[in-house]
Order: sequence, then structure tokens, then C-alpha cells
Amino acid sequence: MGATDVETRPPPARRTDLIGLGALLVAGALIAAIGMRLITGSLAVLATVLLLAVVLGLVFAAAAGGPETRRRLAPYGLLKPGMLWLALFYLAPLFTLLRASLSTLPSRFAVEAEFDWNFGNYADAFSDFGAQFGRGFAYAGIATLLCVVIGYPLAYVIAFRGGRWRNVLLGLVVVPFFTSYLIRTIAWSSLLSDSGPIVGTIDVLHLTGLFEAAGIMDNGRLINTAAAVIGGLTYNFLPFMILPIYVSLEKIDPALVDAAKDLYSTAGAAFRKIVLPLSVPGLFAGTLLTFIPAAGDFINAEYLGNPNTTMIGNSIQDQFLVQNNTPLASAMSFVLMIIIVVAVLSYTKLLGTEELS
Amino acid sequence: MSAPTSSRGAAARWGLNLYAAIGLLYLFVPIAWIVLFSFNEPKGRYNIVWQRFTLENWSDPFSNAALTNAFSQSLKIAAISTAIATLLGSMIAVALSRYSFKGSSGINLFLVLPLTTPEIVLGSSLATLFLDWDVTRGFTTVVIAHIMFQVSFVALTVRARVRGFDWTLEQAAQDLGASPMRTFWKVTFPLILPGILAAALLSFALSIDDFIITLFTAGSLSTFPLYINGSFRVQFPPQANVLATIILLASVSLLLIGVIRSTRRGVVGTS
Repeated sequence: MGATDVETRPPPARRTDLIGLGALLVAGALIAAIGMRLITGSLAVLATVLLLAVVLGLVFAAAAGGPETRRRLAPYGLLKPGMLWLALFYLAPLFTLLRASLSTLPSRFAVEAEFDWNFGNYADAFSDFGAQFGRGFAYAGIATLLCVVIGYPLAYVIAFRGGRWRNVLLGLVVVPFFTSYLIRTIAWSSLLSDSGPIVGTIDVLHLTGLFEAAGIMDNGRLINTAAAVIGGLTYNFLPFMILPIYVSLEKIDPALVDAAKDLYSTAGAAFRKIVLPLSVPGLFAGTLLTFIPAAGDFINAEYLGNPNTTMIGNSIQDQFLVQNNTPLASAMSFVLMIIIVVAVLSYTKLLGTEELS
Repeated sequence: MSAPTSSRGAAARWGLNLYAAIGLLYLFVPIAWIVLFSFNEPKGRYNIVWQRFTLENWSDPFSNAALTNAFSQSLKIAAISTAIATLLGSMIAVALSRYSFKGSSGINLFLVLPLTTPEIVLGSSLATLFLDWDVTRGFTTVVIAHIMFQVSFVALTVRARVRGFDWTLEQAAQDLGASPMRTFWKVTFPLILPGILAAALLSFALSIDDFIITLFTAGSLSTFPLYINGSFRVQFPPQANVLATIILLASVSLLLIGVIRSTRRGVVGTS
């Protein structure tokens, strides 16, 4: 009964789907295993041949099958190149990172580490770099909070009062981020320097004492303080907060707010009961997109901080690229990732949204 | 009866607008500083204290050979990686938005992962992969790394842009006798192109500006951000500000073209 058109699926549709998905997963697993060097030597050659066979087999299956088969196999074909790239250059590296973190350098000057289930690296990571882990997460957390405080009202005004200037205003939010991240941070170091305009203004207004009492200035200096590092993080990741909040605010029908006001709700109550709950997905995405990169950052701490304000990112970079202690750096990197994954999962559970992008 | 506009309400309204305006201004403070200092004539090797106005840096932005070389490496890397990543990412986006298929929610989740992994983890893990493979790090490894984070970015951006797209248009074209190929190039492609171009532009900018992942995968190669970081201990030439301003101007004009085109045509969601 009713309209029977092309959308009615013939019975083999499910099987075709499973073949397509299976081929994608097998190809992904093979390429990841080769990348991880779990399969080496002649076995790797065999695996490569198998990989090609799976890919070509799918192409032939699509060519031989009817239009319906082609339609069902098409998405898997479209996904394959990108997904295999991610399997090889995102998944496999995480595995080699884990393996490196359980390895030992044979001597202090050795370059190549040997894998020997050395969990000591993790013990060292916690005992030697606990403070850096703590600071990394604390600074990132404060910066994320500041981004909400600055970014939410800005996104709100653009979304609800921007009118036909909305796109232009949104463009203005993005524009600063087309200049180099490093040069932006260097500009802040110049702005905050002892001879810079900000310290000069504070001096003229005789507010140095006030800023020192608030813990922002240290001995009359702004640069090389924790406040400068947090300020730099806030600045550099602010658009990642504004854009998702804007996207979720923009979707809200203004008529809802009008309706609430017609029903004698105050502006404040209308905001709390309607706008704020509906913007939770944006806030959620924004806080993650700000907190995650901020927690691993080391540029702000390097250019705006001092040796006592280094974050975990600085330590990983130093251990990996300067001290050449790959195992220890890998362990720290892995711990950072695990902590963030756990934090993101519990945060997702708390706010209960699936939309991340 | 609705919304009594008391003077208190108006004050709150303007207070919020002012607050937002200050927020927007804050975003531009260091940008203005960068542009201003591209006109500075520095004393010594550090362009961080204002001396006097000059046009000299602009008359010859490429006078610093090492900086120019690093900059052109960055452009090359961005061009290659963006081209490949845009193709791969758009294919994923079309698969996800055009078809409903088994496993799409898993794919969605997997795509978000690289973007929610801190850059330092991505960089250090890729470095361990290349160490494991005994590959010398350089131009190719940087391109590989950039494609990796751009693919996810392009896929999610394009997918968001084509979300409201009416796929029955394809059906209509085929009902009128167009072949699937012809349908794609004449109907689908022109409609999703603005989204693809926007994603390509943004990921090009991400590539040029990337520092952390590049640092771990570059070996002895120098890119624009790597050069600035590496030379900062000894010098910070004003040409860096000039090049940064040029990137800014180029991307702003591209953005402007995009905004003007999309507001004129009014198709496919803007920005």
C-alpha cells in the first residue's frame, strides 16, 4: 500500500552493506597493522596484496552489480581513501607512541629505543612532571572559563543583534586567526613587555599595586607571569569558543523568546529557560575545542611565561626534541591523551550531547 | 504589552553591546600591533620595540633569504596537502551526507577523534611512527601529517555545509535522462562547490600556520612558523610582520569574495 518507489529496498541490501563495511574495516585493519609494523617482511607484502585485492574486489563488485548494489557500495568507496589515510597516520601512530612509551634507551646517547615493557617511563612521567601536568590542566581550565565569559556574550550579540551584519561580524571574529599563531603570540609578548603600552598605562594610572594584589602582575611585570600565559591561551583559542556557540544560538527561533516575553517572562528568565539550554551543544563543543588544544599547548608558556609556568606541552616537547628522551616523552604524551579522553567522556556523559562538530 | 523597554532594560542592552564590542576589539589588538610593526625600523635584530616609521620592509618583503625560503616551503606544503585533503575529505563528506549506510555513526565518531586529540599528541605519535619506519623526516612527512589533520577538518566542514542540501535534485536530473556522471558534474558538484572551497581555504590556512605537528615531523626542514620560532632567540626581522600581514590581507580578501558571493546568491548556508 502507499507509494512504492525506488526507496523500497530489495532483500540483499543488508548483505551488500555488510560486504561494503567489512571491506572497509578489513582494509583499515590491514593498513594499520602494516603501519604499526605488526606485520613485517614477506607477510607485509602479502598483506599489501590482500589490501589491494579487497579494494579492487569492491570496485569489481560494484561494477558487476546493478544500480542498487552500486548505490549501496558507493559510500564505502567514497570513504575508503580518507579512512585508510587516518588508519595509517592517526591510528597506527597512537600505537607506535604506546610502544615507544614502554621502551628503554640502551644508553643516554642512544637514538633508538628498545621495546621491553618498561613501565618505568610512566612512573617517571608522574613523579617528575606532576607539576607540569597540573599547571597544564589548570591554565587550560581557567583559559576555557575566560573564553566562555568573553565569547558567549559576543556570540549572543552577533546572533541576536547582528541583523544583516551577522556574517560580517562573524568574519571579523575569524579574521585575526589568519595571521600566524606564533607571530600573534610574539605580538602579545611585545604588548605585555615592561616597556610596552599596557604596563605603561597601568603605571600612569598608578594601578600596579592593585594588579599585583590581584595576582596578575608580579614585581610590576606582566610578561613572564602565569597571568600572561593564561591570557595568551584565552586569546589564541577564543574563536574556537565563539564559533560553535554562535552556530547553536543562530538556530534558535527568536519567536520562542518573544513568546516567552508575551507570557510575561522577564528577559532574564527567558534567557535562562530558553536560550541558555538551547545553546548547550555549542557551549559543549566550544569548551572542548578550547580546552583540548590549550591543555597540550606550549607556545604561550614558552613566549609569555617563565620557567615556573611551564605546561605539560613544554615538557613533552623538551623531552622529545631537545633531550631526545623519546620513551619518557611518549609516556607523557600518552598520559595526556588518556586524561583528556577520560575527561571528554565524563563531560559528554554530564552534558549528554553527541554533536561535536 | 510585550517587552517593556524601560530605561534599565535599554541600559542593560547597551551594556551588553559595549561588552561584546570590547571583546571584538580585544581580538584585534595584537593584529593591529603586527601590522603597525611591519612599518617599524627596528634598532638591532629585534622588531619588538617601536622606533620609527618606515616603508622599507614593505618595499622588499623577501630580502631575508632564509625567511623567504621557509615561507615558500610553507606555501608548497599547504598547496599539496590542501589539494589532497580536500579531495579525500569531500569524498567522506559526500558519503556521510548523501547516503545512509551501515556504520555511519562509527565513522562520524572516528572523524572527530583527530580534531579532539591535542596537537602535541598527534605530533609526537607521528614522530614515533616515522622513527619506527626509519624514515627521514622532512617535506614529505610534513605533508603527510598535514593531510591527516586536514582530512577530518574538511570532511566535517563540508558535511556541515551540505547538510540542508536537497539530494532529490539528483533524482530529478536522472529522471530527465542525465547519466550519473553528468548528474554529478552538472547538478551536485556546482551546489557543493562553495562548501568545498570554504573548507579548502580554511585548511590551507591551518596548514600554513601549523607549528606543533610540523615541529615534530619536519626534521631539518624549515617552514614559516618553524623559522620564526627557531630564529627568535637571535633575531625577529620586520619582514616576518610583513609576510604575516600579506597572509592576513590575502585571506581577508578571499573571505570577502566568499561573503559577497554567498549573500548575492543566497544558496547553501553561509559561513
